[in-house]
Amino acid sequence: MKKRQINLGRGFVIAVPTLWLLLFFLIPFLVILKISFAEPRIAIPPYSPLWETVNGAIKFNINWENYAYMWEDSLYLKAFLNSLKIAFFSTILALLVGYPMAYYIARSPEPKRSILLLLIVLPFWTSFLLRVYAWIGILKTKGILNEFLLWIGIIDEPLIMMQTDFAVYVAIVYTYLPFMILPLYANLVKLDGRLLEASTDLGASKIATFFRITLPLSWPGVLAGSMLVFVPVIGEFVIPTLMGGPDSLMIGKQLWTEFFSNRDWPVASAVAMVMLVIMVIPIMALRSAQNKGAEI
Amino acid sequence: MRLRFLPIAAFLGFVFLYGPILSLVIFSFNESKLVTVWGGFSTKWYVELFQNQQIMNAAWLSLKIAAISASVATVLGTMISMVLTRFGRVRGRAIMTGMITAPLVMPEVITGLSLLLLFVTMERLFGWPAGRGVTTILIAHITFSMAFVAVVVQSRLSDMDNAIEEAALDLGASPLRVFFDITLPMIAPALIAGWLLAFTLSLDDLVIASFVSGPGSSTLPIVIFSKVRLGVSPDINALASLIILVVSLGIITAAILMRKGARK
Repeated sequence: MKKRQINLGRGFVIAVPTLWLLLFFLIPFLVILKISFAEPRIAIPPYSPLWETVNGAIKFNINWENYAYMWEDSLYLKAFLNSLKIAFFSTILALLVGYPMAYYIARSPEPKRSILLLLIVLPFWTSFLLRVYAWIGILKTKGILNEFLLWIGIIDEPLIMMQTDFAVYVAIVYTYLPFMILPLYANLVKLDGRLLEASTDLGASKIATFFRITLPLSWPGVLAGSMLVFVPVIGEFVIPTLMGGPDSLMIGKQLWTEFFSNRDWPVASAVAMVMLVIMVIPIMALRSAQNKGAEI
Repeated sequence: MRLRFLPIAAFLGFVFLYGPILSLVIFSFNESKLVTVWGGFSTKWYVELFQNQQIMNAAWLSLKIAAISASVATVLGTMISMVLTRFGRVRGRAIMTGMITAPLVMPEVITGLSLLLLFVTMERLFGWPAGRGVTTILIAHITFSMAFVAVVVQSRLSDMDNAIEEAALDLGASPLRVFFDITLPMIAPALIAGWLLAFTLSLDDLVIASFVSGPGSSTLPIVIFSKVRLGVSPDINALASLIILVVSLGIITAAILMRKGARK
């Protein structure tokens, strides 16, 4: 009797979250997949059914048009390539800004280290949207940066920074920086100081020690941080919409436009499917790199 | 040479992180409507903010949604992490692990779109959920934030020595009793951290909520986004400053409490 109760309880604890995730996480992807093969219609819902019963027989209407359309209209290809480009360069920039910070924090003595770490995490807890908004006030034509540069006399006319790729990069690096720093820090803090001492004792310069010891050892942190920036930036919507110009195409923004402005659900679904495939590749690459690292 | 480079680079990094936040706060006290021209000290934008019924309603709605979704997500996320760390071999373990790691990197546009399409399909087939609004936002927020809770709680559970739990089980305590008397108090800090993370994520979400919200259920980020799209406005600066103040106080209190706890 008691055993049965325990098994029931066990089953309950397993079943509730599993069913929740199946219903609200896994099945939605099947729905997207299904609708990506439908035809757009002006109706409710605005897409054709995938199968119909005609005279008692089931007739499938699989429609490849949405995928073909994405391939033919260069807009989508451009948006995908541009998203990858922006994600790639912002990852590099975040790494360049974040690595010295993570290293500095990891090498700091204890009370200072915790405080600095807290300062890295704190902006993450405030609103993402408002942190992007802060940059609009700084970068716009009559913004803080332009006023400052005019005042010290470096420039005579305000620079146009808003609605450019520059603004997009700044906002991305700014908002995603903690995601780069935290895994890097977690890795660098474990670095054995004796290895660095040994290296300098044996006559290596600080720069050589960095490139031959610190950097290779921190590789897993670099990969993890880069992935946490690269993957979500591909699908970024808020930043290109608020900071980018009309020509700064990104696929997340394109999906939004397709859905909300053009009300073309099937094409939006097809865009989402291709996006998923593109994102799976770096994640798989990271997995295999991590597994290799674990083997060594 | 490099010794100097490091502190300077780190210092510039922190300036980069905090400069914009500081500018938000400073210009929230600006008399002038032009956000970037200083027109004297004033708190009028705070008064205006509290009189803005649209923002106040949205903020209240967002807080309610965040509190409810964080609580449900904490329960569900804890259940999953118990299954993954304490239940031994369970069928479908790989799928479960996949389903809680995938939402962590999923682009919000895809999560939002997929949930909306699910809700539309469900409504057509079963008549539920009828239309989109608070319920659908809640479901969406619970789904993506439970993954974050699960990660936090799971790392605590796997770091924890389960000898005490096993001893209690051997001495005849029921698994339920062991969970509530032993496991729960030990993972309480992780639960609080997970809840706060889920709360913040829900409060901050614009993209997913935009997909699954309906008329009359505009959350705070939706209202802010539509305002910000039209340009900068000082009452948003005031709102941002208040959020920054609350978050900083919360984080600093948490840090002090944790340090005290660690000393004991």
